Amino acid sequence: MSTELVGLALLMFLVTYPSRAVGLLAPGIDRLPPIALAYLQLVGPAVLTAIAAISVMVATDAAGDTHFQIGIEWLAVGACLAVVVWRRNLFLGLAAAVLIAVIARAIGVPSVIL
Amino acid sequence: MSVFAFAGAAQFAAVGYVVAGVSWPAIVLLTALLNARHLLYSAAMAPWLRGVPFPRRAAAAHLLTDEAFALAIGHFRRLGWPDEWGYWLGAIVSTFIPWNLATLAGVLLGGQIVDPGQFGLDVVFPAAMIGLAVGLMSGRREVVAAATGAVVGVIVALLTSGAIGIVVGGIVGPFAGLLVPSRASHETAPLGTPASAERYAMPGMHAVGSGSVDAARPPEEPPS
Repeated sequence: MSTELVGLALLMFLVTYPSRAVGLLAPGIDRLPPIALAYLQLVGPAVLTAIAAISVMVATDAAGDTHFQIGIEWLAVGACLAVVVWRRNLFLGLAAAVLIAVIARAIGVPSVIL
Repeated sequence: MSVFAFAGAAQFAAVGYVVAGVSWPAIVLLTALLNARHLLYSAAMAPWLRGVPFPRRAAAAHLLTDEAFALAIGHFRRLGWPDEWGYWLGAIVSTFIPWNLATLAGVLLGGQIVDPGQFGLDVVFPAAMIGLAVGLMSGRREVVAAATGAVVGVIVALLTSGAIGIVVGGIVGPFAGLLVPSRASHETAPLGTPASAERYAMPGMHAVGSGSVDAARPPEEPPS
């Protein structure tokens, strides 16, 4: 097993940890006004859905350019969303998403990159 | 990398960049950009963990991933008080250990899987993110913030990059959510009450019941 990327991993830690720690360790953040705390409570849904949407709708090519993508991933993630809302069970939602992706790819449903 | 960086999306990207021959400084810069969203998570968690000693908060910060954040913040909001041990359980047992074991399995066995997409594994990450987001939604504010974050994130990602799209979506979405008045009663149920617990309940993730240890714990002052 190669260890040549350990240095890169340490550098990645050095740039990742501050963003995780600043909010938790900075003094006085708990004394923010109520509107700021209300804002922070909405950060989670916004970031998580942005991650999901970008993961399935935006494709990045080898040159680093981004393109709009339409594919079975939309249906898979949408099914997961529907199942979680309906059954309140994330495991079932993930299973549904994987099943849809596997079946669609087995029968050759393509993704369209615009 | 899974131990030190412990950042799934950044690791996937970094491996791709290494294979493509991108220089280390460029990879580190892209990692910083991709993980900038953790600043938002950290700030959102801070009011809940204000009573935790500094060294434990410093250690908790290293484990603050997308999944750990979503599990913890949903758990805290269901209970109405910051369950620190719940955070450690979610971050270490549910995330850190499985992530590193799976990384090891991938190193040892991954070469035998020619196309992971064939097994639908690539949709697990976005599906998990959207599923975890649902667990944080209790009313129209969260829904508007989530929808706006997604739309703005995709638009910005198409114009710039995915990493920037995530951060901008995460910043703009909550502003849109705050424009929604919280009139509905289900949005104003006090945290820690049965109504609040029912609102956030997700079988298989956590249950709050009368007589449980959680219910017996005296609630602390919620952050807002």
